[in-house]
Amino acid sequence: MANIRRSMLFIPGNNSGMLISSDVFDADSIIFDLEDSVALDEKDSARILVKEVLKTIHFKSEIIVRVNPFDTPYYALDVEEIKQSNIDLILLPKATVESVIDLSKRLEGTEIGIMVLIETAMGVEQVYNILDASNRCYGLMLGGEDLCVDLNCKRTKLGQELFYARGRVVNAAHALNKFVIDTPFTDIYDESGLEKDTLFAKSLGFDGKASINPRQIVSINQVFNPTIDEINHAKRIIEAKDRALKEGKGVFSLDGKMVDLPIIKRAEKIIEMASKIGLIKGVLL
Amino acid sequence: MYKEVRKEKNEEVLKPSKNNQSKEKYRRNLQGLLDELEIKDGMTLSFHHHLRNGDYVLNMVMEEIVKRGVKDITIFASSIFPCHSPLVDYIEKGIVTQIIAAFISGPVAEAISQGKMKKVAIMHTHGGRVRLVESGDVSIDIAFIAAPTCDEIGNLTGNDGISACGSMGYAVTDAHFAKTTVVITDNLIDKLDDIEVEGKYIDYIVKVDSIGDCKGIVSGTTQITKNPIGLKIARLTTDVIHHSGYFKNGFSFQTGAGGTSLAVSYYLKQLMIKENIKGSFASGGITGYIVDMLEARLFDKLYDVQCFDLEAIRSIRENENHIPISASKYANINDDCIVNDLDFVILGATEIDLNFNVNVTTSSTGEIMGGSGGHSDTANGAKVAIIVSQLFNSRIPVIKDKVICKTTPGETIDVLVTERGIAVNPRRKDLIERFKKTNLPLKTIEELKAISDSLVGIPNQIHFTDKVVGVVEYRDGSVIDFLYQKQ
Amino acid sequence: MELLKPSKAGTYESNDIYIMLFPGYEENTIELESIVYETFGSQIKKVILDTLKEFGVEHTLVKAIDKGALDVTIRARLITAIKRGVNNG
Repeated sequence: MANIRRSMLFIPGNNSGMLISSDVFDADSIIFDLEDSVALDEKDSARILVKEVLKTIHFKSEIIVRVNPFDTPYYALDVEEIKQSNIDLILLPKATVESVIDLSKRLEGTEIGIMVLIETAMGVEQVYNILDASNRCYGLMLGGEDLCVDLNCKRTKLGQELFYARGRVVNAAHALNKFVIDTPFTDIYDESGLEKDTLFAKSLGFDGKASINPRQIVSINQVFNPTIDEINHAKRIIEAKDRALKEGKGVFSLDGKMVDLPIIKRAEKIIEMASKIGLIKGVLL
Repeated sequence: MYKEVRKEKNEEVLKPSKNNQSKEKYRRNLQGLLDELEIKDGMTLSFHHHLRNGDYVLNMVMEEIVKRGVKDITIFASSIFPCHSPLVDYIEKGIVTQIIAAFISGPVAEAISQGKMKKVAIMHTHGGRVRLVESGDVSIDIAFIAAPTCDEIGNLTGNDGISACGSMGYAVTDAHFAKTTVVITDNLIDKLDDIEVEGKYIDYIVKVDSIGDCKGIVSGTTQITKNPIGLKIARLTTDVIHHSGYFKNGFSFQTGAGGTSLAVSYYLKQLMIKENIKGSFASGGITGYIVDMLEARLFDKLYDVQCFDLEAIRSIRENENHIPISASKYANINDDCIVNDLDFVILGATEIDLNFNVNVTTSSTGEIMGGSGGHSDTANGAKVAIIVSQLFNSRIPVIKDKVICKTTPGETIDVLVTERGIAVNPRRKDLIERFKKTNLPLKTIEELKAISDSLVGIPNQIHFTDKVVGVVEYRDGSVIDFLYQKQ
Repeated sequence: MELLKPSKAGTYESNDIYIMLFPGYEENTIELESIVYETFGSQIKKVILDTLKEFGVEHTLVKAIDKGALDVTIRARLITAIKRGVNNG
């Protein structure tokens, strides 16, 4: 489901049961993780398991692999093995301009894109340059946990400590027309907290949110889904545009308001998303 | 053919007529009573399972009976659990030669599967057990009723006492029809007001130190699953209910105590609140999750044949809308039974085949490890019978070309919900049409099986000998399948 | 490939398999314990033998404790164990 990335689900790379079932949870993207969720002495094991699973099982979601950081001995091995697989993106942790350029070179000859994980203070400050370091780089994810360690501050549910970073990465991503994904909400039992945090991310301009637990995916998707009112309004804008075209009018208005190009584009985006995720087909689930 | 069973209520049935007004029912101990009763070879003894895997009474009684050197005893118990393992020895020695039950698990089930019992086991349904007795197909010589509280004339209840188990729905028929009925209690009081079984059906009362361990009632899974796949299945099931056309004010619902089934009640509660829909009743074995829904006034009444946890026991004691019912009222085809009024039932499966036949009697390798209980009764009665299961788990697939044992006929199953899609029985064109208008991931059961096979592979055939070790009876008493000894 | 030392891979989690390799046997031998032995035992052994052959591994005892792993997992765990066994590092 290219271009729709409401939710991204991390799956521990050495857990065979989770890997095999990873696409039943309705996440738009799945991230097979070789980094934090894999013990140091199982790096080889996870790398081989992920590679074999990708070779055997066809997944309907977008597939992303998080490799180990550039400055670890596992990085080169991970990239070498995984680039032979049929995946969409590599998620590069602790991304820097230098590591993006390196990864981009290693991926030459493949169709695999890069998604950067911004999770250091330097990463936040450099985010525009990092994103712009390669044509292969399609978007970013903010990593709140590691960033707070780097900032020497406490990670809270309210997330005020991330306010600057969130604003900064969203702005950089949109400036370069790339996608931007928010950090996970880590208390899996706090459903209303998750909803609030996700709504906040959406309101800032994030395209989607990452998750470390499958049970969060439905809530995240729902927040990023266009509402019925939004869909109906978008339909009316497009109908009005079609009428205006037929009548040869350059500009037109709806409900007394001028409709200009950005509004039409936004309406088209909503309709495209709604039809891609099946919301226009019938009853809203 | 099976779906029509409920309409045939023409069988000649016995009516309870006993009226024992004796004031001399109390006996000092079990040994003395059993001497007085003169246990003979070939007798049929009945037990009920409300204390489930915490029951002491069956073992206590059998230990005394074995001392008397009798043989060829038939045990007619509503269910047999792992705690009843001493029976294995009696089976091997020919003391117990037949077991008739709705559910058999643990060592006794293994012994039967291995062909150790002299006669074939009869595995009936919860409703079928009542029919067996009322029709005279099974004649109970002595019924032993484990009663958490009993008064001096034999009135009894499951609601009070240290061993409270709540509803005693399966003991009612035994008391009504046994030639002799013995109550075994650990809480004998002067006078009982809140009566589940009347004293006029009771012949003897014995007090013992303990009839069982209450913790055993809560055996198995009575917690919502934490498994994200189970939660996904539960969510899809709630969507199926939502869009089935039967989800409206006054609907009725039953679910089991499995982790995924419980999660369905959790999500259904949220949906009912959101859509402002109130149900008429929930039934069956009752858990705390269903009690929650009663207390939130989402259902008017609970009809309870058996409590599955301590919350349910508390509620049945305190809440007048939480009503104990007999197994007959629950599921007997010759009674106006509750299952016929059900809109939805949520059920599990060990195996389901391409004709939607379901096995809950054996494991996927053919050993007995369960039984219908109310599975086939509720599937028959409910308007929408939904099977919830993972497509596969630890390489054990649920969909097979043919089930090893047909516990519940496919024509009474309407929907299968798995994590990778929903299959509707082709007989239910109405449901298929409705679901097509939604985002539900509809597939045929053949398509689901193909997905499963591509991941799991095709399991080797299981081989059995020609020796029949059990007969599976449908709720009307017809034979629906046989169980064989394994090779 | 010649195994230089005993090695292991996998876990005892459900849907996984724990595999141990011991070099120095006359021919490839499998000792398999599985929760699905009756239904998939022969298939599991076939995957193990095929993978050993693919990697040219001989003279090895494979001890496997299977908790319902799919073929792909069995293969991945065995490859991991082989690579660990030939690696002298």
